[in-house]
Amino acid sequence: MTFELLLQMFPIALMFSAPIILTALGGLFSERSGVVNIALEGIMMVGAFTGATVTVLLENSTPAAAWYGLLAGLLAGVVFSILHAVASINLKADQVISGTALNILAGGLTVYLCQIIFHQQRTRAFSNGIQKFSVPGLSDIPVLGRMFFKEIYPTFYIAIAMVFITWFVVYKTPLGLRMRACGEHPQAAASMGINVAKMRYFGVLVSGALGGLGGAVMVLTADIQYTLVSIHGTGFISLASLVFGKWNPFGVLGAGLFFGFSTALSFYAKDIKFLAGLPGEFFYILPYLLTIIALLFFAGKSVGPKAAGEIYDSGKR
Amino acid sequence: MSHIVEMLHITKDFPGIRANDDITLQIEEKSIHALLGENGAGKSTLMSILFGLYQPDGGSIRVRGKEVKISDPNVATSLGIGMVHQHFKLVHNFTVTENIILGMEPRKGPVIDIRSAEKKVEEISKLYGLAVDPRAKIEDISVSMQQRVEILKMLYRDAEILIFDEPTAVLTPQEIHELMQIMRRLVEEGKTILLITHKLKEIKEVADVCTVLRRGKLVGTVPVADTDEERMAEMMVGRQVSFHVEKGPARPGEELLRIENLNVKNVKGLLGVKNLSLSVRAGEVLGLCGIDGNGQTELVQGITGLTKIESGKIFLRDKNIANLSIKERTDLGLGHIPEDRQKHGLVLDFTLGENFVIHNYYEKPFANYSILNKKSILENAERLIREFDVRSGQGAMTPARAMSGGNQQKAIVAREIDRSPDVFIVVQPTRGLDVGAIEYIHKRIIEERDRGKAILLVSLELDEIMDVSDRIAVIYNGEIVGIVDAAATTENELGLMMSGALRKTHAAPQAVHA
Amino acid sequence: MTTRKEKIVLPLIAVLLGFVLGSLIVALTGRSPLAMYAAIVKGFSGLDILNGQPINSRYIGEFIIQAMPIILTGLSFAFASRTGLFSIGAEGQLMIGSLSATTVALLVRAPTVIHLPLVLLAAILGGALWGLIPGFLKARYNVHEVVVTIMMNYIALHLNNFVILHIFGSVDRVKTAPFPASALLKSPFLESITRNSRLNWGFIPVILALLIFYFVINKTTFGYSLRAVGYNKEAARCAGMKVNRNIISSMMIAGAFAGLAGAVITVGTFNFGRVIQSAEGYGFDGIAVALVGGNEAFGILLAGMLFGGLKAAQPLMQSQGIPREIAGIIQASIVLFVAMKFGIKMILDKFERKQAPTTEGDRV
Repeated sequence: MTFELLLQMFPIALMFSAPIILTALGGLFSERSGVVNIALEGIMMVGAFTGATVTVLLENSTPAAAWYGLLAGLLAGVVFSILHAVASINLKADQVISGTALNILAGGLTVYLCQIIFHQQRTRAFSNGIQKFSVPGLSDIPVLGRMFFKEIYPTFYIAIAMVFITWFVVYKTPLGLRMRACGEHPQAAASMGINVAKMRYFGVLVSGALGGLGGAVMVLTADIQYTLVSIHGTGFISLASLVFGKWNPFGVLGAGLFFGFSTALSFYAKDIKFLAGLPGEFFYILPYLLTIIALLFFAGKSVGPKAAGEIYDSGKR
Repeated sequence: MSHIVEMLHITKDFPGIRANDDITLQIEEKSIHALLGENGAGKSTLMSILFGLYQPDGGSIRVRGKEVKISDPNVATSLGIGMVHQHFKLVHNFTVTENIILGMEPRKGPVIDIRSAEKKVEEISKLYGLAVDPRAKIEDISVSMQQRVEILKMLYRDAEILIFDEPTAVLTPQEIHELMQIMRRLVEEGKTILLITHKLKEIKEVADVCTVLRRGKLVGTVPVADTDEERMAEMMVGRQVSFHVEKGPARPGEELLRIENLNVKNVKGLLGVKNLSLSVRAGEVLGLCGIDGNGQTELVQGITGLTKIESGKIFLRDKNIANLSIKERTDLGLGHIPEDRQKHGLVLDFTLGENFVIHNYYEKPFANYSILNKKSILENAERLIREFDVRSGQGAMTPARAMSGGNQQKAIVAREIDRSPDVFIVVQPTRGLDVGAIEYIHKRIIEERDRGKAILLVSLELDEIMDVSDRIAVIYNGEIVGIVDAAATTENELGLMMSGALRKTHAAPQAVHA
Repeated sequence: MTTRKEKIVLPLIAVLLGFVLGSLIVALTGRSPLAMYAAIVKGFSGLDILNGQPINSRYIGEFIIQAMPIILTGLSFAFASRTGLFSIGAEGQLMIGSLSATTVALLVRAPTVIHLPLVLLAAILGGALWGLIPGFLKARYNVHEVVVTIMMNYIALHLNNFVILHIFGSVDRVKTAPFPASALLKSPFLESITRNSRLNWGFIPVILALLIFYFVINKTTFGYSLRAVGYNKEAARCAGMKVNRNIISSMMIAGAFAGLAGAVITVGTFNFGRVIQSAEGYGFDGIAVALVGGNEAFGILLAGMLFGGLKAAQPLMQSQGIPREIAGIIQASIVLFVAMKFGIKMILDKFERKQAPTTEGDRV
């Protein structure tokens, strides 16, 4: 693999990484507050669908349509995640079953609405998604410029910013301390006067926001429309990134980059000598296979928030 | 002195049970007021209401003469009420300081001002004589230091009324005396203390007044100085209680269990059991005592096969079982009454009958050619229910989950005794049980001893060890630091050994430099 | 409410709520719920309320073939679930089963009495193998089965396509050459009595699977140990049971059920191997079936038929202007409501509990 090829791959890899990082950070908020969120896949789908739809509907009215699409995707994700919050927190549902149901629901609901709005099982294609740009000045730096600052999607920078914001909120603020307490030992948090249910709602809704944003980013940078297979498991890959990244924002950044690169590889395979002979399906399989291997190496060692996934019963002592 | 707290005609219901039934409690300022009752009597519930974790279904609460509604722990804290819980409510991977300030964090802008928090923690700990390391993580510090963190949580919030829920369960006798001293000092500084306990000795030592609860109802409130332990026990249980199990002398025979140079790792990967040797003979009860976390768990896991040992030998009669599977060991005559009846002893979602056959469900007559024989399983269950007086709502078909703790434990004991192993490993057999159940279990243990079985009794309750055992071994830091005759030792001596200050192998005791 | 009654009432409430929600969504988007229900009725029986057409056995046949694979994937999920495992891998195991069936169908020449059982066996083993992998990872390395099985689903899809396209070759890039009749579950007899539906002998393995499920779980020592591990892994280990082996066996059996579903589709409904564009949802259908059926054999049979009918009605709904996805929405809502059963139970108990609470239960 030549160096030149690696440089070319970077922007594409970063493009694929951004939605994974954003969604995984969302999962971090949810799980750190104690709620396992398997529904990230469904939330991404809802965000992607909304983002694509809003962009199509607004593109004749404003050049910033895609940005409204991102915002809409974020909000749609929040609304959809309310379902998971109510089911898991108020109605004490098994969080994995609830999450799985929501994933199925998202698929059905988004395509149903496509049929209603566009009379087909996908959205109409939009002409302009989020546009690439080059950072003035920085893009001229040799090597680094081509990797990070030239012809890059701004959504990647949004993802990086979120990593830092997440780190700050979770580890430095009182809100973060209380949230983590709810995920490790909700009874302890409750005995200190913290409203565990409210904290968990916060965690789940933030995961809805970031997951919805991640889905919208994915469709508006890497695709031209939303279909049932637009997300194809990226929500689960984000979940694996969370484990891989040990529930830590910077770990998630690293894991997201790793998966972004593995996805990008399929596009450049034909240019890499020893990979060129492999069939296309091999590269489709690669990210999923790597996810399993990553989990294998990190599942035993990394331990998530202690009380994540347990139904919090205020009657229990 | 005036009543600083009054709980008047408090009633609290949970599904299917009335936990507090018209209870009136009046606490005097600057006193130590004990709340006595068996497990399930309602004392923890009552105090949880005072701390705002529950809401009463009836009755009212007055603090300093004014009626209040304590809707959550924040309100309780603002009234100056604090609680040290029996099961510590500490976040294991937070630091001491983070646990103390949780919910009331000092801020510098949007960020937590951790420096000033640590400073305040140091100040308070010095004032009350509660030594802690503000930067240490909870998972790394000792249990008694964890308890001090629990106390500091209250003092950080300027609590004046301090509730202690069964605080001595995890302490050595020496640490218990220290805690008593801390309590007296707190009262000197103007605090009022509510002590929830079922330990009569401690009440006699430190409390001024004692209120006794039984089955959710108030039995009475007595001045401690004028009431003896027998009277308090009678109030607690409702009848005369014998504290000591009746037993004849032990007649030990051949050695049935011999452990040689055993090394077992704990969950952190360090050695929990270090080069340990022990022997138990037929017809005797060897009690193993020690502070929780000194290797008992790892020792039991190594003997039973739940954990693979690093090195050493375990002889059951004359066979080394150290590398055999759990099943092979039980088949060779090793019985185990596990520490946690709900986690290890029973499958709560199985019926009582199904639980009885968990060791041999695949053997005749319970199964033929891999097909379960429901009839013989039922008959077996009915027999055991009769012989061991196990009570349950629907007999053999009762889901184990629906049975009381005492009967669950009886079921496990029944199952293990029925299999007639040569060696019993009995761990914490009476935890959480009421006096009647405790009497029964102790009686059965002695019966099995008299039938010639070898029994290793592992318990954190010193009274139980001293009462039931013939010989006592003390474990400290993964090693046996002393083996004594039960009749010849004292609580004080055991306490010293348990904290590592004394070693007693055979002849003269040697003091160890702390 | 007793547990017995709970097991029937709560799923029924969930089903009801799911349909109510679906009707609401249909109405809110300007379509007719009545048309939806008419389509459902027709999907089950051919009975056309709106146009007055009588029961048509063709529809009955078609709804049965829709029910068959999801009963099997339902058994797959339920079996793993009873053992304490949350396996979403039925979709992938089904695809591998389908691929194995295709392989044996195309490569082996033998009379029906040998060929067909061999095809089914290949599917069962293929599915079991695909279940073994996540089972092993869970048992040995404690890797949580949820994400692994989902990844395996995607891998299976691409693997299937790779084999179909590059190894067996496909003229139209959609399907393989047709299978010889000796490999098929198809039955001209059954087709003739159901007016040319695709009804086939597949229902026999399905019924056998239901019976085997019931028998193994409830009557055998193996089932006893699986249930023990599922309810309380630690207690089972303490009693000497080999927990890891149970986890692996359980995932393999769950995979076997799903693999069989693949065969039922490939050599029953169809007679060729197919390139799969995206997951067809049999796995998730199975989860819905299992949850509504309370993870019990008889419940799964009923739930499978309910959801099978719903699926059969989809094209009919589409032709009435109601997007077919509404069936998936209803199904997902039902699963969601089943998941909330504790919450629903809490609400129901509040209505029921009028009497004074009893005092403390039995003491020793």
